[in-house]
Amino acid sequence: MFDSPERLILGLLIGILFGVLLQKGRVAKFSVIVGQFILKDWTVVKIMGTAVVVGSVGVYALVAFGLADLHIKPFLLGGVLLGGICFGVGMAVYGYCPGTGVAACGEGKLDAMVGVLGMFAGASAFVAAYPALQPVINGLGDLGKVTFPSVTGTSPWLWIAGLVSGGIIALLLLSRRGKSTSPIFNPPPNPVSPSAPRPERGART
Amino acid sequence: MKNPLTMKSWSPYVVGIGIGVLSWFAFGVANNPLGISTAFEHTAALAEKAVVPQAEQTNEYFAQKAEAGKSPKIGLGWMLVAGVVVGASLSSWLSGDRSTETIPAIWRERFGVSVPLRLAAAFFAGALMMFGARLADGCTSGHGISGSLQLAVSSWVFTAVFFIAATVTALALFGRKETNYV
Repeated sequence: MFDSPERLILGLLIGILFGVLLQKGRVAKFSVIVGQFILKDWTVVKIMGTAVVVGSVGVYALVAFGLADLHIKPFLLGGVLLGGICFGVGMAVYGYCPGTGVAACGEGKLDAMVGVLGMFAGASAFVAAYPALQPVINGLGDLGKVTFPSVTGTSPWLWIAGLVSGGIIALLLLSRRGKSTSPIFNPPPNPVSPSAPRPERGART
Repeated sequence: MKNPLTMKSWSPYVVGIGIGVLSWFAFGVANNPLGISTAFEHTAALAEKAVVPQAEQTNEYFAQKAEAGKSPKIGLGWMLVAGVVVGASLSSWLSGDRSTETIPAIWRERFGVSVPLRLAAAFFAGALMMFGARLADGCTSGHGISGSLQLAVSSWVFTAVFFIAATVTALALFGRKETNYV
């Protein structure tokens, strides 16, 4: 029922850091999340892209030295496809994802709090309907816990090199579009200001 | 230099690097990738067991998860969610970025000032989103970040599908206006 106290404290510490990062990244805000999906504000893609690039280098290095294990989720076609559609539609209307919705509660937003109650209801519906949902989740096939390196029989470092170069190219293209301020050290407080040039489309890393 | 914690925002690249490095610790120290939605499922399962004690026998969920060594519990992942509330509260208090806004500006422009409408939409959309996350076994953190950085095919497909679904929905609902919303 409970993890050890050490693990509970470790979880709390990781969560606190994650919460600070999400809040400082402005993604606990409806305008930034929905701004991404109406293609006006690329903050979500920038944060996720950078996190994936930086995370992949370190995590695969830890795995290479035997200091960490991968935790790959199985590719259950029905669950992933239907789940992705429900998730995307819900996220666009709610205006937060699960993590940023929880963070927005910390910021004091009432709609985020009600949405967290809704998330609890959605999770309850899932658990209650779990037996009936199995044909939907597993119905289209299970490709197993596959990664791009494992499917193609290539080294993960090839893919990570691709991610890193893709990230650097995206960063160069973005900075060339030329805001006078450095994107790294002097973030514009309001990236959707009317005078600013439109954010780059297709900047996904 | 100003104290970073009293700043209202950091560069998205700094935040991304921070989350990436936090992932190293989540894998290396906690052996538990960053994720949010599993904790909601576990809470819901524990609640179902508390309300309907015979559910443990009637709902195969419990037997299957026990067999996989993933019985619902108040664990590290649960405390991680609690920590996000604490961290975001601290961060917003220190920077004065508290918001009691219930109806976001983009929403108000499209759907008006009705508080019940916004709260009902948030409730049902939150429910649909979490239901989808559990179908797919992950959310923006578990699949989008932790899964993608492991190069998992399931996670890249989930992320692409949810981005497309969310973009289509948001463009249909809110359009692509030139107005300054923030």
